[in-house]
Amino acid sequence: MNNATILVIDDEAPIRKLLEITLNAHDFRMTEAASGKEGLVAAAMHPPDLILLDLGLPDDDGHNILVKLREWYAAPVIILSARNSESDIVRALDNGANDYLVKPFRTGELLARIRSALRLSQKSEASPVKEFGDLTLDLAARTVKKNGEILHLTSTEYSLLTLLAQNEGKVLTHQHILRTIWGPAYTTQSQYLRVYIGQLRKKIEDNPNQPRFILTESGIGYRFMG
Amino acid sequence: MFYTKTANRQYFSAAIGVCAVAALSYPFTEIIGYRSVALLLLLTVSVLAMRLNLYPVLLAAFLSALIWDFFFIPPKFTFHVNDYGDVLMLGMYFVIALLNGVLTSRIRFFEQLARRKEARAATLKLYDTLFNSLSHELRTPIATILGASDNLLTANANLTEQDKGKLYEQINAASERLQRLTENLLNLSRLESGFLQPKLDWCDVSELIYTAVNSLEQELKNHKVKVEIPDNMPLVKLDFGLMEQALYNILYNAALHTPAGTAISIGAEYIDLQCVITIADNGPGFPKEDLDSVFEKFYRSKNAKPGGLGLGLSITKGFVDAHKGQIKVENQWGGGAKFTIQIPAEANYLNLVDDEQCDHLGH
Repeated sequence: MNNATILVIDDEAPIRKLLEITLNAHDFRMTEAASGKEGLVAAAMHPPDLILLDLGLPDDDGHNILVKLREWYAAPVIILSARNSESDIVRALDNGANDYLVKPFRTGELLARIRSALRLSQKSEASPVKEFGDLTLDLAARTVKKNGEILHLTSTEYSLLTLLAQNEGKVLTHQHILRTIWGPAYTTQSQYLRVYIGQLRKKIEDNPNQPRFILTESGIGYRFMG
Repeated sequence: MFYTKTANRQYFSAAIGVCAVAALSYPFTEIIGYRSVALLLLLTVSVLAMRLNLYPVLLAAFLSALIWDFFFIPPKFTFHVNDYGDVLMLGMYFVIALLNGVLTSRIRFFEQLARRKEARAATLKLYDTLFNSLSHELRTPIATILGASDNLLTANANLTEQDKGKLYEQINAASERLQRLTENLLNLSRLESGFLQPKLDWCDVSELIYTAVNSLEQELKNHKVKVEIPDNMPLVKLDFGLMEQALYNILYNAALHTPAGTAISIGAEYIDLQCVITIADNGPGFPKEDLDSVFEKFYRSKNAKPGGLGLGLSITKGFVDAHKGQIKVENQWGGGAKFTIQIPAEANYLNLVDDEQCDHLGH
């Protein structure tokens, strides 16, 4: 995982400098681009393992760059932007961004998100059994165990947990979850999602009120942390 | 438009006032004498002059003179005047009524001028205070960052590792302070733009409250936080992000301004189609004279610790207002402050359905 190449597309030189120092200090290789056009060229010439993309670029809106990238680029893209409106974040995630960090960000947080995005993109599907601390998910047997004891989950709860856990570390938008689990007709029926998240937390969390597995991203969606 | 409307109303009141008094005194002319009627009309013009602008008062003066002449001075129902005394009286009436109007309106003009000057001075003073506190709040952390980083850049060799560590921490803390301030100022401008539209969506109120509480884990670690939500609490339609921020600001405030060990109890209920959230603490409460201004922008209690601009609670109120809700604060009988938020919201009781049954609903 280390020595992964990360392309930073950001017009602010100080931010690029900060990222270069941070990333190099953690054994990543960084390449950079100061505009959207430059970024697209750089990504095509030497496809990086991950892209950090700013939304406020001088030549083109970051959302457009993301759409253009996603036409062919499958590796993770993390948005790094000063825009913190829910609509910007949801739009970027729905357009295929893997994650979204608002500037100012903590470098620790950034590194954790980069690592989890890379892990997710490089995961091997060899083992059907996933372990997250005291929680074990067996995709082959369709069972979930907590502290070795089998949990009784309804089929919807099971599908929801599997979807979240298979995207460990990544924010899934409300819309995305509703579409995947309940179907396209249910994308506005967020009441189902609220109810099932509540039920799942009661079953898998030690303290459902201080969840450690299923984290709330206010107004955006949910993120599963292993 | 507004001006002409009120101006028209003023002319109308002037005419109505004079006519009404004339009509009322008409039947009594025989008893009191037509000359006393002149005094009554003069009194009317004076009273009108206290409330109306110059030109409506002049209208009242003219109109009343004409009415007196036409209806009261013999021979009645003509503008003709026989008696020399009446001519003199009419002339005098005219002059006094006009003077009355002019003088009163001048007095009022100067009064207005003084009042405007006073208001301007008050605004200027408020602006001064705000500007001072804003520049203080912005400059202090910047000064810390500049000073500490300068030190690290130029005197690096002379600093012990421990000193360096302290400087790094100071830079970090100052940046956080700036960050919080920036967020508040941005939220304030979002509110003041008038374009803030809550995006209503189904919320689990317990999730909402705990999200705010959990994000203040560090700040609240010395407080005893208790959340009580009845089992039959439905899902409600709110803007999760805005309400989380609203609750966060109240809790942050409580964390900052109540001593360690203070108990904070948070409750939620759904009554009369309203989502009601209460946050109460057993800290010192607000000074009584400040209770009305707690939600005002830049309000800071006199006994509050230094630091902060006094924006947090005004933003909370703004976000609650955006939901067409209400927020109030009171000091509790046993001590401590209690915030109550009431928001009209749709409810959905799907969360009370048994989980197996619920599975069938969704498919």
